[in-house]
Amino acid sequence: MHYIFEPGFFTSGPVHVALGVGTVIAITSAVVGVFTVIRGQSFAGHSLADISTTGGSGAFLVGINQFWGYLAFGAGAAAFMEMIGVQRRRGRDVATGVVLGAALGLAALFLYLDTQSSSTTGVSFTVLFGSMFVLTPSTVPALIVSALLALATVVVLARVLLLSSLSTDIAAARGVPVRAVGAAYLMALAVSVALSAVIIGSVLSTALLIGPAATALRLARSPVRAMATAAGIGVAAIWVGVVLAYDSYYWPPAGRGWPVSFFVVTLVVGGYLVAYLRPRPSRAAAAAQEILDTEQACSAA
Amino acid sequence: MMNTWIAATAVAVIAGVMGFFAVLRGSTFAAHAIPNGAFAGAAGASLLGLNALVGLAVFSVAGALGIAGLSRRARSDVATALTFVMMLGVGALFVSWSTEYAQEAYSLLFGEVFGVAEGEVLPILVLGAVSIAAILVMFRPLMLSSALPEVAEARGISTRRMELAFLLVMALATSMTVPVVGALLMFSLMIGPAAAARSLTARPVLAMALSVAIALVTVWAGIVVSYQTNWPLGFFVGAAGAVFFLAGRGYAAARRRLAVRAATA
Repeated sequence: MHYIFEPGFFTSGPVHVALGVGTVIAITSAVVGVFTVIRGQSFAGHSLADISTTGGSGAFLVGINQFWGYLAFGAGAAAFMEMIGVQRRRGRDVATGVVLGAALGLAALFLYLDTQSSSTTGVSFTVLFGSMFVLTPSTVPALIVSALLALATVVVLARVLLLSSLSTDIAAARGVPVRAVGAAYLMALAVSVALSAVIIGSVLSTALLIGPAATALRLARSPVRAMATAAGIGVAAIWVGVVLAYDSYYWPPAGRGWPVSFFVVTLVVGGYLVAYLRPRPSRAAAAAQEILDTEQACSAA
Repeated sequence: MMNTWIAATAVAVIAGVMGFFAVLRGSTFAAHAIPNGAFAGAAGASLLGLNALVGLAVFSVAGALGIAGLSRRARSDVATALTFVMMLGVGALFVSWSTEYAQEAYSLLFGEVFGVAEGEVLPILVLGAVSIAAILVMFRPLMLSSALPEVAEARGISTRRMELAFLLVMALATSMTVPVVGALLMFSLMIGPAAAARSLTARPVLAMALSVAIALVTVWAGIVVSYQTNWPLGFFVGAAGAVFFLAGRGYAAARRRLAVRAATA
């Protein structure tokens, strides 16, 4: 056993917290991510992660808990993106890009002012990659409650979301408030992404949002199964990633441990490649493709 | 300061041109992913003791190939997201192996526009000229496949091959611009001016010229203000991009309203 689990793995407090919170984040990201992939909002999902980190460096500057900075900026950006029109596919990516560009500019300013006041050059790096092993216990309950809220929103809206992602017109004809559903989903996405960004950084946040969901949509035969499969893949990637990162403490070349983000990203992308390169596309993939085609036809119209 | 002006001007021209096509094609995500992901290459190069430009070039080309390759049988936003996180994951590994990288990472993300050395100007100009020349050579097919992909396919222009060519030029442009203005700023400089230009005019060549002009004004004004205030250039460029975009949108909306009023009167 010691070859797999380094001595001390099961008794280490930070590892327990990392695994527990990581599991919650992985499940939320995966379930929310299934709709992100179906709706073609990967760029928005990633941008919200980057934008919420801007809130993190802003909160650092004014001296409040970073967690609230992440949430506030994520939610604010989602509202703004909805306002300036993220409904049309192509215009949506441009609007997202402009909001992201402005937020990154703000991040540069905040980080500059941060370094003026406290001379921490490493802060930009922490913001990008997060740090799983430095969770503060005080934010854990708030974090879990917000994650559950985002998860519940998506699960409750699942049917109408799927319908309105499939065909806006049919959904509208059946009396679904398409725009309101889309806005609620974007808000849930923002909250879930902000949470994962604060803990595991914007890189892993995007990896866990898109990777497991895209893999599951290629494998599973129905959207519900895709959500379950995605959650499973996400949790497995986090657990194996944390174990490997813990083990790697004695690996060459530096003897300081390899980053968790490297392992989790490699596992997630590797899993996707296996599903991607499978010779025969599954029925779900064909169905998903059909959904995408319908959606594209709708957005083009 | 002379080096700063020359390098920044070259960067603005290339960002204006590349950004115009990125916005037209809707490949905004790739415009974000390639410059940002390429930073991993610089980390790898510094680990091996190579010139950062080599690492940036290798990783941005690898990123372009990854995005184009994975887009063959999947949606391009998923392909872009996964290629991007993989590049950054490898970057995190490289950074964890090296010891004195944090400061350099900061300058690659946010740029070092006031620290352009004499020897850096020539490679930037050469790579910039090559990127612009590449865009000019494939100008017509690229324009057609960006604006009307179906018509282009009917005329025998492969959308997929055009996408790959465009991403490769983006990769080339990126490896030259990232050391000067930083990955984050390069992205804002591509998207803001081009998006504003597009809402100001529907004529493609005019929109491209406007995009370059707005990018130049943004960078020049940004450098002056940034030099005066000592605040980072990235902040001014990002803010200017958003302001130009909103102004362009406002102008387009006002023009539409006037047209409607003229039609109903």
